[in-house]
Amino acid sequence: MTVQDSLPTSSPVVQIKNLHKSFGSNHVLRGIDFTVDQGEVVCVIGPSGSGKSTLLRCVNLLEMPQEGQVIVRGEDLTDPDCHLDAARQQIGMVFQQFNLFPHLSVLANCTVAQTTVHKRRASEAEQIARANLSRVGLDDKVTAYPAQLSGGQQQRVAIARALSMDPALMLFDEPTSALDPELVGDVLTVMRKLALDGMTMLVVTHEMAFAREVADRVVFMDGGVIVEQGSPAEVIGNPQQPRTQDFLRRVLNPTHVEPT
Amino acid sequence: MSAPHDTVERRGLSPRQRARRSRLIQYAILVLLVVFAAISADWGQIGKVFFEPKFIEAAFRDGLLSALVKTLEYTAGAFVIGLIGGTLLALMRLSSVGPYRWVATAYIEFFRGLPAIVVFIAFSLLPLAFEGMTIPWDPYGVVWLALGIVAAAYMAEVIRAGIQAVPKGQLEAARSLGMPPGLATRKIVLPQAFRIVLPPLTNDLILLVKDSSLVFIIGTSATAYELTGFGRELANTYANLTPLVTAGFCYLLITLPLGIVVRRLESKAARTR
Ligand SMILES: Nc1ncnc2c1ncn2[C@@H]1O[C@H](COP(=O)(O)OP(=O)(O)O)[C@@H](O)[C@H]1O
Ligand SMILES: [Mg+2]
Repeated sequence: MTVQDSLPTSSPVVQIKNLHKSFGSNHVLRGIDFTVDQGEVVCVIGPSGSGKSTLLRCVNLLEMPQEGQVIVRGEDLTDPDCHLDAARQQIGMVFQQFNLFPHLSVLANCTVAQTTVHKRRASEAEQIARANLSRVGLDDKVTAYPAQLSGGQQQRVAIARALSMDPALMLFDEPTSALDPELVGDVLTVMRKLALDGMTMLVVTHEMAFAREVADRVVFMDGGVIVEQGSPAEVIGNPQQPRTQDFLRRVLNPTHVEPT
Repeated sequence: MSAPHDTVERRGLSPRQRARRSRLIQYAILVLLVVFAAISADWGQIGKVFFEPKFIEAAFRDGLLSALVKTLEYTAGAFVIGLIGGTLLALMRLSSVGPYRWVATAYIEFFRGLPAIVVFIAFSLLPLAFEGMTIPWDPYGVVWLALGIVAAAYMAEVIRAGIQAVPKGQLEAARSLGMPPGLATRKIVLPQAFRIVLPPLTNDLILLVKDSSLVFIIGTSATAYELTGFGRELANTYANLTPLVTAGFCYLLITLPLGIVVRRLESKAARTR
């Protein structure tokens, strides 16, 4: 937390400049520019295949962009001299498929990186892990193994695991898309609480109600570019671009069939 | 869909009935063979040659148990070497560094293609080729090395498959927590990979138990004899096969439980998948 305090509050947590990413001849990200400010919650929406996951994975350099810069808290992660592992410690990531470590207990999932990467003492790591598990409402699952948990519980453990590293920024890639509908609410509640606590969050989601309520800003992506961004009221409530309007019509009204 | 129906009507037998009939015929043949063998065999002679109690007793007296222990020691040491070497080779094969990959591939292909007995002969000749050369912890050092070198090649391929079977998201989750690649491999990927390959690795262990019988080629002293060497020598001494059969049962005593363990592990893995 000390680094965070020493930074001027006005400087953005994430700054993305002219980001390009291709897989072979598939040009997925075609020049993305945007920033996420301290304490801001930004929701990224857009059709499947538009490059949302790729964008998120570029923010912690799980994917290496071919062009452009990813600057997290003043540090350019695309710089070859950047210490990536150190930079990633301040970026928590929550995956669609949870990716919990199945061979470790819930508690160990939340301590393994603390003790090895942060070199915290076991007792300290455990205390931090328990506090975060309690934050996501899973105090009673500390000794369980991932396979014994429901999808919603697993995803909440994944959030606690990321929080245990004291990240300055949390990335969420469709965190509720793999969940049974009745379990979505628990995870969104945890995320809502996190946003209220002032966490800086970048969230890829199809949950429009969540975006409308929690996001400070909504970014609509299509075809590897940002088509439109602004407050939820603007982008979701009153979209200006035809592509945004078209997407929202389909998402908000999934059973509606276009007359042809 | 109509073809099987036609056949059923023509022959008057359903496929299931036909399968049952063929099974009955096979049982009948088997029973006949057993009865024939039982009538024609000279049971007294067979008992005397293979299962003579006084030679079983002699085997125990002359050190069957210590031979059993030797076999276990040889196998265990070789397994450890194979496991460590195999893991290193597997990681080299999956490395992004070309030369590591090439060396590992060459090693694995070479020692997998070579009969273990050739490696043992080579080790038996080493002291001749390089004068004064000694391998420490005689005879364990030579045995462990010879068996372990071959085992590492087999186990490397098994372990590599296990590493590749760990979902990619696991490594990504570890890296996203700031773990460097080596740490993520050790703490997250390898433990899961070993869980996946536990059944085939146990199979390799069974093969190693049996391969340890090749030790006699190195020509270790009689005290170093493991089960096969021990059984063979006693059988020669008494001109009777009983000690060898006894030694053989000792192998089963080791391998059968291991086989049960493998099947347990496999069915458990199948259930959790
Ligand atoms: N590792 C990869 N290798 C090759 N192509 C990929 C890879 N990851 C994503 N893509 C491609 O990039 C495009 C965008 O994918 P993605 O970022 O997952 O979209 P979204 O998350 O918006 O659905 C897709 O066409 C997809 O096939
Ligand atoms: Mg996606």
